[in-house]
Amino acid sequence: MWYFVAPEVVYGRDAITRLSQLQGKLAFIVTDTNMVKLGFVDKVKEQLSQAGIESTVFDAVEPDPSVETVEKGMAEINKCKPDWIVAVGGGSVMDAAKGMSAGYERPDVRVEEINPFTPLGPRTKAKLVCIPTTSGTGAEATWGMVLTITAERRKGSFGCRDCTPDIAIVDPEFALAMPPGLTAQTGMDVLTHAVEGFTSTWKNDFSDGLLLRAIQIVFQYLPRAYKNGQDWEAREKMHNAACIAGIGFINSMCALAHACAHSLGGVFHVPHGRAVGLFLPYTIEFIGDAREELWAEIAYAIKRDVPVGKKAAPILAQTIRELARNVGEPLSIKELGIPQDDFDNSLAKLVDNAMMDFQLVTTARAPNAEETEKFFRYVYDGKSIDF
Amino acid sequence: MAIRYGTEEWVKAACEATNKSQAYKEAAKNWEGDMYFIVEPEGTLKEKIIMYFDLYHGECRAASVVKDEAEKTPAYRFWAPLGIWRQILEKKLDPVQAMMTGKLNLKGDMAQIMRMPKAAVELVNCMLTFETEFPE
Repeated sequence: MWYFVAPEVVYGRDAITRLSQLQGKLAFIVTDTNMVKLGFVDKVKEQLSQAGIESTVFDAVEPDPSVETVEKGMAEINKCKPDWIVAVGGGSVMDAAKGMSAGYERPDVRVEEINPFTPLGPRTKAKLVCIPTTSGTGAEATWGMVLTITAERRKGSFGCRDCTPDIAIVDPEFALAMPPGLTAQTGMDVLTHAVEGFTSTWKNDFSDGLLLRAIQIVFQYLPRAYKNGQDWEAREKMHNAACIAGIGFINSMCALAHACAHSLGGVFHVPHGRAVGLFLPYTIEFIGDAREELWAEIAYAIKRDVPVGKKAAPILAQTIRELARNVGEPLSIKELGIPQDDFDNSLAKLVDNAMMDFQLVTTARAPNAEETEKFFRYVYDGKSIDF
Repeated sequence: MAIRYGTEEWVKAACEATNKSQAYKEAAKNWEGDMYFIVEPEGTLKEKIIMYFDLYHGECRAASVVKDEAEKTPAYRFWAPLGIWRQILEKKLDPVQAMMTGKLNLKGDMAQIMRMPKAAVELVNCMLTFETEFPE
Protein backbone atom coordinates (compact mmCIF):
# COMPACT_ATOMS: atom_id res chain seq x y z
CA MET A 1 0.00 0.00 0.00
CA TRP A 2 1.26 3.43 -0.89
CA TYR A 3 -0.15 6.87 -1.68
CA PHE A 4 0.07 9.18 -4.64
CA VAL A 5 -0.75 12.77 -3.77
CA ALA A 6 -0.90 15.87 -5.94
CA PRO A 7 -2.57 19.27 -5.82
CA GLU A 8 -4.96 20.72 -8.38
CA VAL A 9 -2.59 21.97 -11.08
CA VAL A 10 -3.55 24.96 -13.21
CA TYR A 11 -0.96 25.46 -15.94
CA GLY A 12 -0.20 27.45 -19.07
CA ARG A 13 -0.47 31.11 -19.98
CA ASP A 14 -3.01 33.03 -17.93
CA ALA A 15 -3.17 30.27 -15.32
CA ILE A 16 -2.90 33.09 -12.80
CA THR A 17 -6.53 33.99 -13.55
CA ARG A 18 -7.49 30.95 -11.47
CA LEU A 19 -7.08 33.30 -8.49
CA SER A 20 -10.01 35.42 -9.69
CA GLN A 21 -12.24 32.37 -9.31
CA LEU A 22 -11.45 31.74 -5.65
CA GLN A 23 -14.03 32.29 -2.98
CA GLY A 24 -13.09 33.97 0.27
CA LYS A 25 -12.44 37.20 2.09
CA LEU A 26 -8.78 37.56 2.90
CA ALA A 27 -5.58 36.18 1.41
CA PHE A 28 -2.24 36.17 3.18
CA ILE A 29 0.44 36.48 0.52
CA VAL A 30 3.79 34.95 1.42
CA THR A 31 6.67 36.21 -0.70
CA ASP A 32 10.00 38.02 -0.71
CA THR A 33 10.97 41.58 -1.50
CA ASN A 34 12.24 40.69 -4.96
CA MET A 35 8.83 39.37 -5.99
CA VAL A 36 7.30 42.64 -4.83
CA LYS A 37 9.84 44.65 -6.87
CA LEU A 38 9.20 42.53 -9.97
CA GLY A 39 5.50 43.36 -9.78
CA PHE A 40 4.41 39.71 -9.31
CA VAL A 41 2.72 40.44 -6.01
CA ASP A 42 0.68 43.22 -7.58
CA LYS A 43 -0.48 40.81 -10.31
CA VAL A 44 -1.60 38.36 -7.67
CA LYS A 45 -3.38 41.04 -5.66
CA GLU A 46 -5.16 42.22 -8.78
CA GLN A 47 -6.52 38.75 -9.53
CA LEU A 48 -7.56 38.26 -5.92
CA SER A 49 -9.34 41.61 -5.88
CA GLN A 50 -11.37 40.48 -8.90
CA ALA A 51 -12.60 37.68 -6.68
CA GLY A 52 -13.44 40.20 -3.96
CA ILE A 53 -10.60 38.95 -1.81
CA GLU A 54 -8.48 41.43 0.11
CA SER A 55 -4.85 40.66 0.67
CA THR A 56 -2.09 41.29 3.13
CA VAL A 57 1.56 40.73 2.27
CA PHE A 58 4.37 39.06 4.23
CA ASP A 59 7.53 39.64 2.18
CA ALA A 60 10.20 38.69 4.71
CA VAL A 61 11.09 35.21 3.44
CA GLU A 62 14.84 34.85 2.96
CA PRO A 63 16.66 32.30 0.80
CA ASP A 64 16.99 29.00 2.74
CA PRO A 65 14.25 30.18 5.11
CA SER A 66 14.65 29.51 8.79
CA VAL A 67 12.18 28.04 11.24
CA GLU A 68 12.18 31.48 12.89
CA THR A 69 10.91 33.12 9.69
CA VAL A 70 8.09 30.60 9.51
CA GLU A 71 7.19 31.39 13.10
CA LYS A 72 7.14 35.13 12.34
CA GLY A 73 4.78 34.51 9.43
CA MET A 74 2.57 32.34 11.62
CA ALA A 75 2.28 35.15 14.13
CA GLU A 76 1.11 37.51 11.35
CA ILE A 77 -1.35 34.95 10.01
CA ASN A 78 -2.82 34.46 13.45
CA LYS A 79 -3.42 38.21 13.68
CA CYS A 80 -5.28 38.55 10.37
CA LYS A 81 -6.91 35.08 10.11
CA PRO A 82 -7.02 34.65 6.31
CA ASP A 83 -8.99 32.02 4.44
CA TRP A 84 -6.33 31.70 1.73
CA ILE A 85 -2.55 31.58 1.97
CA VAL A 86 -0.93 32.38 -1.36
CA ALA A 87 2.78 31.78 -1.86
CA VAL A 88 4.44 33.71 -4.69
CA GLY A 89 8.10 32.92 -5.21
CA GLY A 90 10.64 30.17 -5.46
CA GLY A 91 11.10 27.07 -3.35
CA SER A 92 12.12 29.03 -0.26
CA VAL A 93 8.94 31.09 -0.28
CA MET A 94 6.70 28.10 -0.98
CA ASP A 95 8.35 25.96 1.71
CA ALA A 96 8.01 28.77 4.23
CA ALA A 97 4.33 29.17 3.26
CA LYS A 98 3.73 25.45 3.81
CA GLY A 99 5.19 25.76 7.28
CA MET A 100 3.07 28.82 8.05
CA SER A 101 -0.03 27.10 6.72
CA ALA A 102 0.63 24.05 8.88
CA GLY A 103 1.27 26.19 11.93
CA TYR A 104 -1.91 28.17 11.37
CA GLU A 105 -3.96 25.00 11.08
CA ARG A 106 -2.27 23.19 13.93
CA PRO A 107 -0.85 25.64 16.49
CA ASP A 108 -0.34 22.68 18.83
CA VAL A 109 2.41 21.25 16.59
CA ARG A 110 5.85 22.86 16.25
CA VAL A 111 7.09 23.15 12.66
CA GLU A 112 10.15 21.01 13.44
CA GLU A 113 7.83 18.27 14.62
CA ILE A 114 5.88 17.97 11.39
CA ASN A 115 6.76 14.58 10.06
CA PRO A 116 5.49 12.15 7.45
CA PHE A 117 4.31 9.67 10.09
CA THR A 118 1.77 11.89 11.83
CA PRO A 119 -1.04 13.35 9.74
CA LEU A 120 -2.00 16.94 10.51
CA GLY A 121 -5.49 16.56 9.11
CA PRO A 122 -7.06 18.53 6.26
CA ARG A 123 -6.87 22.32 6.10
CA THR A 124 -9.99 23.88 7.56
CA LYS A 125 -8.88 27.46 8.22
CA ALA A 126 -7.13 28.51 5.02
CA LYS A 127 -6.35 26.76 1.75
CA LEU A 128 -2.86 27.02 0.28
CA VAL A 129 -2.10 28.21 -3.26
CA CYS A 130 1.47 28.09 -4.57
CA ILE A 131 2.62 30.14 -7.54
CA PRO A 132 6.20 29.29 -8.50
CA THR A 133 8.41 31.98 -10.02
CA THR A 134 11.27 29.58 -10.69
CA SER A 135 11.14 26.36 -12.67
CA GLY A 136 12.91 24.06 -10.28
CA THR A 137 11.88 22.87 -6.87
CA GLY A 138 8.40 21.70 -7.75
CA ALA A 139 7.52 22.87 -4.25
CA GLU A 140 4.14 23.97 -5.60
CA ALA A 141 3.26 20.28 -5.85
CA THR A 142 5.05 18.71 -2.91
CA TRP A 143 4.39 18.32 0.78
CA GLY A 144 8.00 18.53 1.87
CA MET A 145 9.58 21.70 3.18
CA VAL A 146 13.25 22.35 3.71
CA LEU A 147 13.91 24.81 6.50
CA THR A 148 17.13 25.96 8.09
CA ILE A 149 17.78 25.20 11.73
CA THR A 150 20.04 28.15 12.31
CA ALA A 151 21.58 27.05 15.59
CA GLU A 152 22.64 23.68 14.16
CA ARG A 153 23.89 25.01 10.79
CA ARG A 154 21.82 22.47 8.95
CA LYS A 155 18.75 22.19 6.82
CA GLY A 156 15.96 19.94 7.97
CA SER A 157 13.25 18.30 5.89
CA PHE A 158 9.77 18.44 7.36
CA GLY A 159 6.22 17.83 6.25
CA CYS A 160 3.50 15.29 5.76
CA ARG A 161 1.00 14.61 3.01
CA ASP A 162 -1.40 17.15 4.51
CA CYS A 163 1.12 19.89 3.70
CA THR A 164 0.53 19.42 -0.05
CA PRO A 165 -0.71 22.73 -1.51
CA ASP A 166 -4.35 22.74 -2.53
CA ILE A 167 -3.71 24.53 -5.82
CA ALA A 168 -0.52 24.93 -7.87
CA ILE A 169 -0.63 27.72 -10.43
CA VAL A 170 2.05 27.05 -13.04
CA ASP A 171 1.99 30.17 -15.17
CA PRO A 172 5.08 30.59 -17.37
CA GLU A 173 4.85 34.36 -17.26
CA PHE A 174 6.07 34.18 -13.68
CA ALA A 175 9.22 32.35 -14.78
CA LEU A 176 10.26 34.87 -17.42
CA ALA A 177 12.18 37.07 -14.99
CA MET A 178 14.70 34.38 -14.09
CA PRO A 179 18.25 35.32 -15.13
CA PRO A 180 20.25 32.65 -16.99
CA GLY A 181 22.14 31.46 -13.89
CA LEU A 182 18.96 30.87 -11.94
CA THR A 183 17.36 29.19 -14.96
CA ALA A 184 20.30 26.79 -15.08
CA GLN A 185 20.37 25.99 -11.35
CA THR A 186 16.67 25.43 -11.09
CA GLY A 187 16.65 23.38 -14.27
CA MET A 188 19.28 21.09 -12.80
CA ASP A 189 17.06 20.77 -9.75
CA VAL A 190 14.22 19.50 -11.97
CA LEU A 191 16.55 16.99 -13.57
CA THR A 192 17.81 15.77 -10.20
CA HIS A 193 14.30 15.31 -8.85
CA ALA A 194 13.35 13.37 -11.93
CA VAL A 195 16.42 11.13 -12.09
CA GLU A 196 16.51 10.42 -8.36
CA GLY A 197 12.76 9.89 -8.13
CA PHE A 198 12.87 7.46 -11.06
CA THR A 199 15.65 5.41 -9.47
CA SER A 200 14.91 5.63 -5.73
CA THR A 201 13.98 2.56 -3.72
CA TRP A 202 10.43 3.91 -3.44
CA LYS A 203 9.94 4.33 -7.20
CA ASN A 204 6.46 3.39 -8.31
CA ASP A 205 4.26 3.06 -11.38
CA PHE A 206 2.43 6.31 -10.73
CA SER A 207 5.58 8.44 -10.57
CA ASP A 208 7.70 6.75 -13.22
CA GLY A 209 6.02 8.18 -16.32
CA LEU A 210 5.98 11.70 -14.94
CA LEU A 211 9.64 11.55 -14.02
CA LEU A 212 10.82 10.17 -17.36
CA ARG A 213 8.86 12.86 -19.19
CA ALA A 214 10.37 15.56 -16.99
CA ILE A 215 13.86 14.27 -17.83
CA GLN A 216 13.09 14.47 -21.55
CA ILE A 217 11.77 18.02 -21.24
CA VAL A 218 14.86 19.19 -19.35
CA PHE A 219 17.27 17.84 -21.94
CA GLN A 220 15.24 19.34 -24.75
CA TYR A 221 14.33 22.73 -23.33
CA LEU A 222 16.73 23.75 -20.54
CA PRO A 223 19.50 24.87 -22.93
CA ARG A 224 16.95 26.95 -24.86
CA ALA A 225 15.49 28.57 -21.74
CA TYR A 226 19.02 29.28 -20.53
CA LYS A 227 20.14 30.91 -23.79
CA ASN A 228 16.99 32.94 -24.31
CA GLY A 229 14.87 33.70 -21.30
CA GLN A 230 12.15 35.13 -23.53
CA ASP A 231 11.70 31.82 -25.35
CA TRP A 232 8.12 31.29 -24.21
CA GLU A 233 7.88 27.70 -25.37
CA ALA A 234 11.04 26.69 -23.51
CA ARG A 235 9.97 28.61 -20.41
CA GLU A 236 6.54 26.99 -20.40
CA LYS A 237 7.98 23.51 -20.90
CA MET A 238 10.52 23.96 -18.09
CA HIS A 239 7.87 25.39 -15.79
CA ASN A 240 5.68 22.37 -16.49
CA ALA A 241 8.62 20.00 -16.05
CA ALA A 242 9.38 21.41 -12.61
CA CYS A 243 5.85 20.74 -11.45
CA ILE A 244 5.67 17.33 -13.14
CA ALA A 245 8.95 16.27 -11.51
CA GLY A 246 7.71 17.64 -8.20
CA ILE A 247 4.59 15.51 -8.32
CA GLY A 248 6.68 12.53 -9.37
CA PHE A 249 9.48 12.67 -6.85
CA ILE A 250 7.40 13.56 -3.80
CA ASN A 251 5.66 10.23 -4.24
CA SER A 252 8.86 8.26 -4.77
CA MET A 253 11.42 10.41 -2.90
CA CYS A 254 14.95 11.36 -3.88
CA ALA A 255 18.38 9.99 -3.06
CA LEU A 256 22.03 10.63 -2.29
CA ALA A 257 22.42 13.82 -4.38
CA HIS A 258 19.73 15.45 -2.27
CA ALA A 259 21.18 14.21 1.02
CA CYS A 260 24.60 15.67 0.13
CA ALA A 261 23.16 18.87 -1.32
CA HIS A 262 21.10 19.55 1.80
CA SER A 263 24.25 19.08 3.79
CA LEU A 264 26.40 21.30 1.57
CA GLY A 265 23.69 23.96 1.44
CA GLY A 266 23.34 23.99 5.20
CA VAL A 267 27.05 24.57 5.73
CA PHE A 268 28.08 26.69 2.73
CA HIS A 269 24.77 28.22 1.58
CA VAL A 270 25.05 26.86 -1.94
CA PRO A 271 21.75 27.31 -3.81
CA HIS A 272 19.73 24.10 -3.69
CA GLY A 273 19.40 23.53 -7.44
CA ARG A 274 23.07 24.14 -8.06
CA ALA A 275 24.02 21.77 -5.26
CA VAL A 276 21.77 18.87 -6.26
CA GLY A 277 22.76 19.23 -9.90
CA LEU A 278 26.40 19.14 -8.91
CA PHE A 279 26.01 15.91 -6.95
CA LEU A 280 23.76 14.17 -9.49
CA PRO A 281 26.35 12.67 -11.88
CA TYR A 282 28.48 11.48 -8.95
CA THR A 283 25.40 9.90 -7.38
CA ILE A 284 24.65 8.02 -10.59
CA GLU A 285 28.23 6.74 -10.67
CA PHE A 286 28.13 5.72 -7.01
CA ILE A 287 24.80 3.90 -7.24
CA GLY A 288 25.99 2.36 -10.49
CA ASP A 289 25.07 -1.29 -10.93
CA ALA A 290 22.30 -1.16 -8.33
CA ARG A 291 20.19 0.72 -10.89
CA GLU A 292 21.90 -0.15 -14.19
CA GLU A 293 18.66 -1.02 -16.03
CA LEU A 294 17.09 2.26 -14.99
CA TRP A 295 20.07 4.34 -16.08
CA ALA A 296 19.74 2.59 -19.44
CA GLU A 297 16.02 3.41 -19.55
CA ILE A 298 16.78 7.07 -18.94
CA ALA A 299 19.51 7.05 -21.59
CA TYR A 300 17.05 5.52 -24.04
CA ALA A 301 14.41 8.14 -23.19
CA ILE A 302 16.80 10.96 -24.05
CA LYS A 303 18.08 9.15 -27.15
CA ARG A 304 21.54 8.60 -25.74
CA ASP A 305 23.18 5.49 -27.11
CA VAL A 306 24.58 2.91 -24.69
CA PRO A 307 26.87 0.69 -26.79
CA VAL A 308 26.62 -3.06 -26.21
CA GLY A 309 28.96 -4.09 -23.42
CA LYS A 310 29.10 -0.61 -21.90
CA LYS A 311 27.49 0.50 -18.65
CA ALA A 312 24.75 3.12 -18.80
CA ALA A 313 25.63 4.83 -15.49
CA PRO A 314 28.88 6.51 -16.58
CA ILE A 315 27.38 7.45 -19.96
CA LEU A 316 24.40 9.08 -18.28
CA ALA A 317 26.63 10.80 -15.72
CA GLN A 318 28.77 12.22 -18.54
CA THR A 319 25.68 13.35 -20.46
CA ILE A 320 24.48 15.22 -17.40
CA ARG A 321 27.89 16.83 -16.93
CA GLU A 322 27.75 18.01 -20.54
CA LEU A 323 24.32 19.53 -19.97
CA ALA A 324 25.50 21.19 -16.76
CA ARG A 325 28.53 22.63 -18.55
CA ASN A 326 26.33 23.89 -21.41
CA VAL A 327 24.26 25.88 -18.96
CA GLY A 328 27.24 27.19 -17.03
CA GLU A 329 26.90 25.05 -13.91
CA PRO A 330 29.91 23.89 -11.86
CA LEU A 331 31.09 20.30 -11.94
CA SER A 332 32.91 20.23 -8.61
CA ILE A 333 32.69 21.74 -5.14
CA LYS A 334 36.02 23.43 -5.81
CA GLU A 335 34.41 25.26 -8.75
CA LEU A 336 31.88 26.72 -6.34
CA GLY A 337 34.75 28.75 -4.92
CA ILE A 338 34.88 26.97 -1.58
CA PRO A 339 38.50 27.00 -0.39
CA GLN A 340 40.12 23.63 0.37
CA ASP A 341 40.74 24.59 4.02
CA ASP A 342 37.13 25.55 4.62
CA PHE A 343 35.99 22.35 2.98
CA ASP A 344 38.38 20.20 5.02
CA ASN A 345 37.37 21.91 8.24
CA SER A 346 33.70 21.30 7.51
CA LEU A 347 33.99 17.79 6.13
CA ALA A 348 32.97 16.02 9.33
CA LYS A 349 29.89 18.23 9.57
CA LEU A 350 29.07 17.63 5.90
CA VAL A 351 29.25 13.87 6.38
CA ASP A 352 27.23 13.97 9.59
CA ASN A 353 24.48 16.07 8.04
CA ALA A 354 24.27 13.85 4.97
CA MET A 355 24.14 10.69 7.06
CA MET A 356 21.15 12.09 8.96
CA ASP A 357 19.24 13.07 5.83
CA PHE A 358 16.00 11.27 5.10
CA GLN A 359 16.88 10.90 1.42
CA LEU A 360 19.61 8.44 2.23
CA VAL A 361 16.95 5.92 3.20
CA THR A 362 15.61 5.82 -0.35
CA THR A 363 19.00 5.66 -2.07
CA ALA A 364 19.41 2.40 -3.97
CA ARG A 365 23.00 2.12 -2.76
CA ALA A 366 23.43 4.14 0.42
CA PRO A 367 26.99 4.95 1.49
CA ASN A 368 28.33 4.46 5.00
CA ALA A 369 30.10 7.31 6.78
CA GLU A 370 33.52 6.42 5.38
CA GLU A 371 32.16 6.23 1.83
CA THR A 372 30.27 9.49 2.29
CA GLU A 373 33.47 11.27 3.28
CA LYS A 374 35.28 9.83 0.29
CA PHE A 375 32.32 10.80 -1.91
CA PHE A 376 32.50 14.42 -0.77
CA ARG A 377 36.25 14.49 -1.39
CA TYR A 378 35.78 13.18 -4.94
CA VAL A 379 33.06 15.75 -5.64
CA TYR A 380 35.28 18.50 -4.27
CA ASP A 381 37.98 17.59 -6.77
CA GLY A 382 35.57 16.80 -9.61
CA LYS A 383 36.78 13.23 -9.80
CA SER A 384 34.46 10.52 -11.16
CA ILE A 385 33.39 8.02 -8.53
CA ASP A 386 35.28 4.74 -8.81
CA PHE A 387 34.37 2.97 -5.59
CA MET B 1 18.50 -22.53 14.14
CA ALA B 2 15.53 -20.20 13.98
CA ILE B 3 14.65 -18.22 17.11
CA ARG B 4 10.99 -17.74 17.94
CA TYR B 5 9.87 -14.13 17.49
CA GLY B 6 8.97 -12.16 20.58
CA THR B 7 10.74 -14.42 23.06
CA GLU B 8 13.42 -13.43 25.55
CA GLU B 9 15.92 -15.33 23.40
CA TRP B 10 14.86 -13.33 20.33
CA VAL B 11 15.24 -9.90 21.92
CA LYS B 12 18.66 -10.86 23.28
CA ALA B 13 19.70 -12.03 19.80
CA ALA B 14 18.43 -8.78 18.30
CA CYS B 15 20.33 -6.77 20.90
CA GLU B 16 23.51 -8.71 20.26
CA ALA B 17 23.14 -8.27 16.48
CA THR B 18 22.66 -4.54 16.96
CA ASN B 19 25.86 -4.29 18.95
CA LYS B 20 27.76 -6.08 16.21
CA SER B 21 26.55 -3.77 13.43
CA GLN B 22 28.90 -1.00 12.35
CA ALA B 23 26.19 0.36 10.04
CA TYR B 24 23.76 0.70 12.93
CA LYS B 25 26.43 2.24 15.15
CA GLU B 26 27.03 4.95 12.53
CA ALA B 27 23.39 5.59 11.68
CA ALA B 28 22.29 5.76 15.32
CA LYS B 29 25.33 7.40 16.86
CA ASN B 30 23.22 10.31 18.11
CA TRP B 31 20.16 8.27 19.01
CA GLU B 32 19.04 8.51 22.62
CA GLY B 33 15.94 6.75 23.78
CA ASP B 34 14.61 3.41 24.85
CA MET B 35 11.59 1.88 23.18
CA TYR B 36 8.84 -0.67 23.20
CA PHE B 37 8.08 -2.77 20.14
CA ILE B 38 4.53 -3.88 20.75
CA VAL B 39 3.16 -6.80 18.76
CA GLU B 40 -0.61 -6.79 18.69
CA PRO B 41 -2.46 -10.14 18.70
CA GLU B 42 -3.33 -11.62 15.33
CA GLY B 43 -3.99 -15.16 14.11
CA THR B 44 -2.75 -17.68 16.63
CA LEU B 45 -1.09 -14.94 18.67
CA LYS B 46 -3.65 -14.31 21.38
CA GLU B 47 -1.71 -12.05 23.69
CA LYS B 48 0.21 -8.86 23.13
CA ILE B 49 4.01 -9.16 23.05
CA ILE B 50 5.98 -6.23 24.43
CA MET B 51 9.67 -6.08 23.64
CA TYR B 52 11.84 -3.50 25.35
CA PHE B 53 15.07 -2.17 23.83
CA ASP B 54 17.31 0.42 25.41
CA LEU B 55 19.17 1.94 22.46
CA TYR B 56 21.70 4.65 23.15
CA HIS B 57 24.32 6.18 20.84
CA GLY B 58 24.42 3.24 18.49
CA GLU B 59 24.41 0.56 21.15
CA CYS B 60 21.81 -1.73 22.62
CA ARG B 61 22.30 -1.40 26.38
CA ALA B 62 19.49 -3.73 27.43
CA ALA B 63 16.68 -5.76 25.94
CA SER B 64 13.93 -7.87 27.44
CA VAL B 65 10.38 -9.06 27.04
CA VAL B 66 8.04 -7.13 29.29
CA LYS B 67 4.76 -8.48 30.64
CA ASP B 68 3.00 -5.20 31.33
CA GLU B 69 3.30 -1.96 29.32
CA ALA B 70 3.28 -0.03 32.59
CA GLU B 71 6.47 -1.77 33.70
CA LYS B 72 8.67 0.82 32.00
CA THR B 73 8.23 4.30 30.56
CA PRO B 74 10.22 4.22 27.32
CA ALA B 75 10.71 7.33 25.21
CA TYR B 76 9.26 5.61 22.13
CA ARG B 77 6.52 3.11 21.47
CA PHE B 78 6.04 1.34 18.14
CA TRP B 79 3.03 -0.87 17.71
CA ALA B 80 1.49 -2.96 14.94
CA PRO B 81 -0.21 -6.31 14.44
CA LEU B 82 2.03 -9.36 14.14
CA GLY B 83 1.54 -9.53 10.34
CA ILE B 84 2.99 -6.05 9.84
CA TRP B 85 6.05 -6.78 12.00
CA ARG B 86 6.53 -9.98 10.04
CA GLN B 87 6.36 -8.17 6.69
CA ILE B 88 8.93 -5.64 7.91
CA LEU B 89 11.29 -8.33 9.17
CA GLU B 90 10.88 -10.28 5.95
CA LYS B 91 11.81 -7.10 4.02
CA LYS B 92 8.43 -7.12 2.28
CA LEU B 93 7.52 -3.79 3.85
CA ASP B 94 9.82 -0.80 4.22
CA PRO B 95 9.69 0.27 7.89
CA VAL B 96 9.62 3.96 7.02
CA GLN B 97 6.81 3.45 4.51
CA ALA B 98 5.00 1.37 7.12
CA MET B 99 5.15 4.34 9.48
CA MET B 100 4.07 6.76 6.74
CA THR B 101 1.01 4.70 5.86
CA GLY B 102 -0.01 4.23 9.47
CA LYS B 103 0.55 0.47 9.42
CA LEU B 104 3.28 0.78 12.00
CA ASN B 105 2.26 3.25 14.66
CA LEU B 106 4.63 5.20 16.82
CA LYS B 107 4.71 7.64 19.67
CA GLY B 108 7.69 9.67 20.84
CA ASP B 109 9.85 12.63 19.86
CA MET B 110 9.20 12.86 16.12
CA ALA B 111 11.94 15.42 15.55
CA GLN B 112 14.55 12.88 16.66
CA ILE B 113 13.02 10.11 14.56
CA MET B 114 13.01 12.38 11.51
CA ARG B 115 16.70 13.06 11.98
CA MET B 116 17.63 9.41 12.08
CA PRO B 117 15.46 7.44 9.65
CA LYS B 118 18.47 5.42 8.54
CA ALA B 119 18.82 4.14 12.10
CA ALA B 120 15.38 2.52 11.79
CA VAL B 121 16.36 0.81 8.58
CA GLU B 122 19.67 -0.40 10.02
CA LEU B 123 17.93 -1.66 13.15
CA VAL B 124 15.71 -3.82 10.98
CA ASN B 125 18.78 -5.01 9.10
CA CYS B 126 20.30 -6.13 12.42
CA MET B 127 17.21 -8.18 13.15
CA LEU B 128 17.62 -9.92 9.81
CA THR B 129 21.06 -11.25 10.65
CA PHE B 130 19.59 -14.27 12.41
CA GLU B 131 16.75 -16.58 11.46
CA THR B 132 13.35 -15.88 12.97
CA GLU B 133 10.45 -18.26 13.43
CA PHE B 134 7.10 -16.46 13.55
CA PRO B 135 3.96 -17.67 15.32
CA GLU B 136 1.52 -18.84 12.61
